[in-house]
Amino acid sequence: MFTSFSLAGIEMPDHLERLREEVRAFLRAELEAGSYTREPSGWDRYDAAFSRKVADRGWIGMTWPRQYGGHERTSLERYVVTEELLAAGAPVRAHWLADRQFGPLLLAAGSEDQKRTYLPRIAAGECYVCVGMSEPDSGSDLASIRTKATKVEGGWRVSGRKVWTSYAHRAHLMNLFARTAAFDEKNRHEGVTQLIVDLDWPGITIKPIINLANDHDFNEVLFDDVFVPDDRVIGAVGNGWKQVSGELAHERAGSERWLNAYGVLVHLLDSAGTHPERGSAEKIGRLVTHLWTLHRMSFSLAGLLNQGITPAVEAALVKDLGNQFDQDIPEAARQVLQEEDRARLPEEDRFNDMLDRALLYAPSYPIRGGTREILRGIIARGLGLR
Amino acid sequence: MSETQKLLTESAGRIFTDLCTRDRVEAAEAGTWPQELWQALADTGLTAAAVSEARHGAGAELPDLCALARVVGYHAAPVPLIETWLAEQMLAAADLQPIDGALAVGPVLRRDTLRLARQNGHWAVTGELKRIPWARNAAAIVLTAEADDGTRTVIVRDTKTIVEDWNYAREPRDTINLDRHRMSEDAVGAPGRGYGRAELFFRGALFRTQEMAGAMERVLELTVAYAKERIQFGRVIGKFQAVQQQIAALASQVAAGSAVAQAAAEANAAGLARFEIAAAKARIGEAVAVVAGVAHQVHAAMGFTHEHALHRSTRRLWAWRDEFGTETEWQAWVGTVAAQLGGEALWPYIVAARKPDLGAPLP
Repeated sequence: MFTSFSLAGIEMPDHLERLREEVRAFLRAELEAGSYTREPSGWDRYDAAFSRKVADRGWIGMTWPRQYGGHERTSLERYVVTEELLAAGAPVRAHWLADRQFGPLLLAAGSEDQKRTYLPRIAAGECYVCVGMSEPDSGSDLASIRTKATKVEGGWRVSGRKVWTSYAHRAHLMNLFARTAAFDEKNRHEGVTQLIVDLDWPGITIKPIINLANDHDFNEVLFDDVFVPDDRVIGAVGNGWKQVSGELAHERAGSERWLNAYGVLVHLLDSAGTHPERGSAEKIGRLVTHLWTLHRMSFSLAGLLNQGITPAVEAALVKDLGNQFDQDIPEAARQVLQEEDRARLPEEDRFNDMLDRALLYAPSYPIRGGTREILRGIIARGLGLR
Repeated sequence: MSETQKLLTESAGRIFTDLCTRDRVEAAEAGTWPQELWQALADTGLTAAAVSEARHGAGAELPDLCALARVVGYHAAPVPLIETWLAEQMLAAADLQPIDGALAVGPVLRRDTLRLARQNGHWAVTGELKRIPWARNAAAIVLTAEADDGTRTVIVRDTKTIVEDWNYAREPRDTINLDRHRMSEDAVGAPGRGYGRAELFFRGALFRTQEMAGAMERVLELTVAYAKERIQFGRVIGKFQAVQQQIAALASQVAAGSAVAQAAAEANAAGLARFEIAAAKARIGEAVAVVAGVAHQVHAAMGFTHEHALHRSTRRLWAWRDEFGTETEWQAWVGTVAAQLGGEALWPYIVAARKPDLGAPLP
C-alpha cells in the first residue's frame, strides 16, 4: 500500500480541548473589553499591547525551555493556541515570526548567549523580528542573494538591499540572510549566513513599499556598510541554507496558511442567512469541507513536529492546499453575495470590508513563504521525481 | 493503525494481490462472478468481518472495516465486500439473523422507496429500486422498507425481476422491480428497528469514501511510476517541471482525500458521525477531477488503452464519486449545517472532536 504521506490521525487528549476553551475564554474577555475586534485584516495586525497579553498567558515561546523564558509545552498545545487565535482574528502579527520561526531557529542553531539574550524578551512579547531573505533579484531563488557580509576585525560589514520585508518598520530585529562567501554555481547553497541585526543600527535605511491594497506591510531595507559583530552570527558561518530549510517546515505547516481569509466566511454565513438557496449552500459547504480538511491535515502535521519529525513534503502539501483555500473563499463569497446583494447590505455589516481585503490580498498567499511552484517542486522531489 | 487493522488489511492485501489479477478483474467486469476471490475472502473471515462477537462473528469495528474498504479500493477488487458488511450492519440493527454469502443493500437512491404492507395475511413489498450494487449476485438483498407502522428492515430473496445494469467500473448496479413481492414472516424486522434510508445512505457514503481513498493512492502510485519510466525528448517525463507540477497537484488532492477518509473513519468509532461523512465524501469526490484528470494526462495515450491498469482505478473513482451522494449534494448538506450554525459558531464546531448532530435532511 502506498504510504507516501504520513498524515495519520492523532489523539486529541482532553487537556487540548481544555486549552482551546481557555484561549476562547481569554478571547471572549478581550473582545468584551474592546481590546480587539474581528477586522478584515484578521490576525495580520500589529498590536504590541495585545502581544504582551498573549505573552502574559504563556502563549509565546510555548514549547521553549523554561530557562529561556519558555513554557515547555508541546507542539500540539502551541498548535491549538495559535489556531484559536488566528481563527478569532486576534491581532498577533507583532510577535508572530519571532515566536514561530526565529525562536526555534535560535534553539536549534543559536549560541547560548543568543538564546539568553533574545528568547526571554520574545517570550515576554517585547521583541519582534522580521526576516530579510528576498532581494530585488532573489525571490524563490534564495541562493542567488547578493547582500554581502565581508569579514572585518571582530565582525562583518554588510552591504546590500532587501525587499518585500514585511513589518521591518515595526520590528526590533532582522534575521538577515547574507552572502559570506562568493557565489559558486556548483555549490549554490553554500556560503550563505544568518545574522541577527538590530534595525536601529547606523547604516540601515527602511523605506515603505506600498502594496496593491494600499497598505504598508512590505519594506525595502538598505544596508550601507553596516557593522555586525561576530556574536550575531547564527550557527555556523556559511550554513544558513541548511538552517533555513529546517525553519521552513515550521513556516509552512501552520494554520496561518489557510486562516487568512477566514473572516470572510464568518461574515458570509451571517450575511447569507440561515437558509441559503441550494447553489449558495453548495458554495458555502464546499468551503467548510475544505476548512475541516485543512484543520485536520495541519493538526496532523503538528503531531509530526511534536514527535520531532520535520515533514517538509507534507508541510508543502498543506501550504499548497491552504493557499488555494485562502483564494477560494473570496471567490465563492462574491458569487454567493453578488454585487446587487452587497450594495444593499446594511452599513454596519462588515462583509464588504472583509471581502475587499481578502480579494485584494488573495494573490499574495501562494507567493509568500514559498511560491506554489516551489512547493510543488518540493512535493515532486518527495515523490522521487527530482 | 491498530494491530487488528494491520492484521486485517495485510491479510486482505495478500488475497487481493494473489487473486485480484488483471484477468480476473476483466472477467468480473465482463459479468463472471469472481467465485475464487470471494471464497478466499470468505475462508479468511473477511466477508463476515462486520458480524459482531455477540452475533458469533469476528466483530471488526467500523474503523477496521474502513481500513479494509481502503484496501478493497486500492486493489479495485470486483466484489461486494462493503455491501455485504452494510447488509450485516442493517440486519444487526434490526435484530435479524446474519446471512451467509454475498449480500446487497438498498435503497441506494434517495428518491427510490420500497413500500411494505400486509396483504391477504402476509407481508409484501412493492417498489422499483435502481442502481442496487451486486443485486444479481446476492444471496439476499437487505432493504429498508416503509410500512404504515414505521420503517422496517426486510430481506428479499429469489427476486426474479432483476434488470442488469453497470456503473462506469462495470460493477453490477441492478434494478429490482418488486411488485407485491411476498415475504416470509422471518424476513421482516420489527417496526422502528434498524436503519432508516438516511442512515444507510450515510454509511454507504462512508465506505465509498474509504474505497476512493484507496483507489486514489493507487492512481498516484501508478502515475509516479509511469513518470519515472516513460522517456520522451531523451529523458524520463517526470524530469520535466510541467509534469512535476501537475503530479504535485494530484498528490495534494490524494493527500487531502486520504486525510478526510481517515478522519471520517476515526470519527465514526463512537457512533455515526454524519458531518464527517458528509464533509469527507464531498471533499474526496471533488478531488477526483484533478486526480483522474492529471493521472490520465501524464499517462497520455497509454492510459487511455484497455491494456493499461490505470482505468480500473479511475473508472471506479468516477463511479464512486457519484454513488451515495455526489460532492455537490454533500456540499449543500454541509452548507446547510454551517448556515444553521452561523459565523462565530462554525469554528468551534469544525474543531470539536465530537460534533453534535444538527440533523439536516439528506441532500
